[in-house]
Amino acid sequence: MTTLAPPAVREKKTTVNGGRSGPVAWMAVPALLMFLAFGVVPLLGVVALSFTTWDGLGDIHPSGLTSWRAVLGDPGLVHALWVTFLIMALSWLFQTPLSLLIGTFLAGRQRYREVLAVIYFLPLLLSSAALAITYKALLDPNFGLGPGLGSSLLTQDWLGRGNLALGVVVFVVSWQFIPFHSLIYQGGVRQIPVSLYEAAQLDGAGTVRQFFRITLPQLKYTIITSSTLMVVGSLTFFDLIYVLTAGGPSDATRALALDMYQRGFKASLMGPASAIAVILVLVGLGLALLLRRLGGDADESQLEGA
Amino acid sequence: MTTGRPVHVESPPPPRRARRWRPGNWPAGLSSLIWLVIVVVPIYWIVITSFKTQSNYFVQNPLAPAGEPTLDNYRMVLESDFPRYFVNSVVVVVGAVLPAVLISFMAAYAIVRGTGQRFLRGVNSLFLMGLAIPLQAVIIPVYLIIIRLQLYDTLLAIILPSVAFAIPLSVLVLSNFIRDVPRELFESMRMDGATEWGTLWRLVFPLTRPALVTVTIYQGLLTWNGFLLPLILTQSSEQRTLPLALAAFQGQYSINVPAIAASVVLTTLPIVVLYALGRRQLLSGLTAGFGK
Repeated sequence: MTTLAPPAVREKKTTVNGGRSGPVAWMAVPALLMFLAFGVVPLLGVVALSFTTWDGLGDIHPSGLTSWRAVLGDPGLVHALWVTFLIMALSWLFQTPLSLLIGTFLAGRQRYREVLAVIYFLPLLLSSAALAITYKALLDPNFGLGPGLGSSLLTQDWLGRGNLALGVVVFVVSWQFIPFHSLIYQGGVRQIPVSLYEAAQLDGAGTVRQFFRITLPQLKYTIITSSTLMVVGSLTFFDLIYVLTAGGPSDATRALALDMYQRGFKASLMGPASAIAVILVLVGLGLALLLRRLGGDADESQLEGA
Repeated sequence: MTTGRPVHVESPPPPRRARRWRPGNWPAGLSSLIWLVIVVVPIYWIVITSFKTQSNYFVQNPLAPAGEPTLDNYRMVLESDFPRYFVNSVVVVVGAVLPAVLISFMAAYAIVRGTGQRFLRGVNSLFLMGLAIPLQAVIIPVYLIIIRLQLYDTLLAIILPSVAFAIPLSVLVLSNFIRDVPRELFESMRMDGATEWGTLWRLVFPLTRPALVTVTIYQGLLTWNGFLLPLILTQSSEQRTLPLALAAFQGQYSINVPAIAASVVLTTLPIVVLYALGRRQLLSGLTAGFGK
């Protein structure tokens, strides 16, 4: 770091720094404007649009509660919510124990574990579209891995049957995100003071016992952070399902985000689609708050480097 | 890992470095091993398949490497419109990530330096709140805005929202790192008469370079793989980015699995390269940061 003591070449008229609050506020303005324009305004906009009728092309007409009535009275919404929660719950159940174990394992500093970490990370690099296409080809009942290996267990109409398709979605989602959560847990485990383990070792506790008595309790906040990201993130699965199953077969994997897309951009019902988007935001916020309550005060710094 | 070396005996290692890490427990080791197979098989399969001829693909064992490897699939993909989609993706990534990281860096600096100011505190909490806004939820108004700006079906339509949605997380990560810069350094910069802008570039920029690299790579990855924005905000095949093109390609050649595999490999390769390069730069950045 040779740059640490920079020659003060630019002897501008000394900063009129009355205190620590110099004229820095303007530096936040570009980011603020961008985020207002494409983040905050759309968020308010989606609420406003949910009280209108719009086909996506023509004029927008205010129509009061029409869209909300249409959405809330539609069994499709209940189904989409159910599918969303099912994917959320199953992928949490699948991902959390595995990420925990893998993260703990990767926390060891042996060389080969670092190599493994690089491999584990690969799925995160693939786009959901690429992933979906890969699995679609792999699971093809005629030309995929199953028939190629002559394995009848692997030869199923994976994407053609409702329950199986949902299971495939959960699996592929986990395949994609377990590396990410493993990394979070790896960081968490490495922060646990080694002295705890040394003490446990002196007391004769085995590794399994150490895991349940020390690692797991110490990781409480990490688990909450990871679970929050998992649960809230699962509300927004779209690309993967869109390419993998397009919500099918029939509507077995039509989760909330996909339901919104189909209504808005396929059926040209932007009003009801906006109402669903509002529900999406509310459910997400509700879940995030709930998990936060659950963990007492999980401080922000747990997210650091995530 | 240093247990075998007697070299360490004379100088007690710094207390922070946890040397001689305890062995992982066996359930963790076992699940890691199983998961390794599950991770590797699809990746291996997609790579070897991309080198098979279509006729070979149907007769060979799917997990055996190509009998006579061929580059025809790659040639076929590259001779399609793939290069154009590739350029589109590059334009979107560069056009979105560089400005996004730049303005996030500035904002993060302002937030850390102007802690006392109410305006900046407000901006900070707005961005924190923004972390919770999913892109999917606001896509309809974004679509409306883009139409009204007459940007529909342009690359700029993808770039603008991408920038906005990269901001909250980038600001969070960068401001956490800027907070770690010792106060005295800011003070001495001020004594030297540096402006805030000068301090940003000459003091904070070199010190937070690893964080900047990390954020850039992360946002680059997200934008490169982005699917929803191109899907909603573009229409013509001239404006397609790679993930969208992949999906279209798959519909077109659903039977030609090796060609699809080649297209998947080609779209992922740049990211793998970026990741490989970034890892190294990340490491050297870290070493430079701590090795003073």
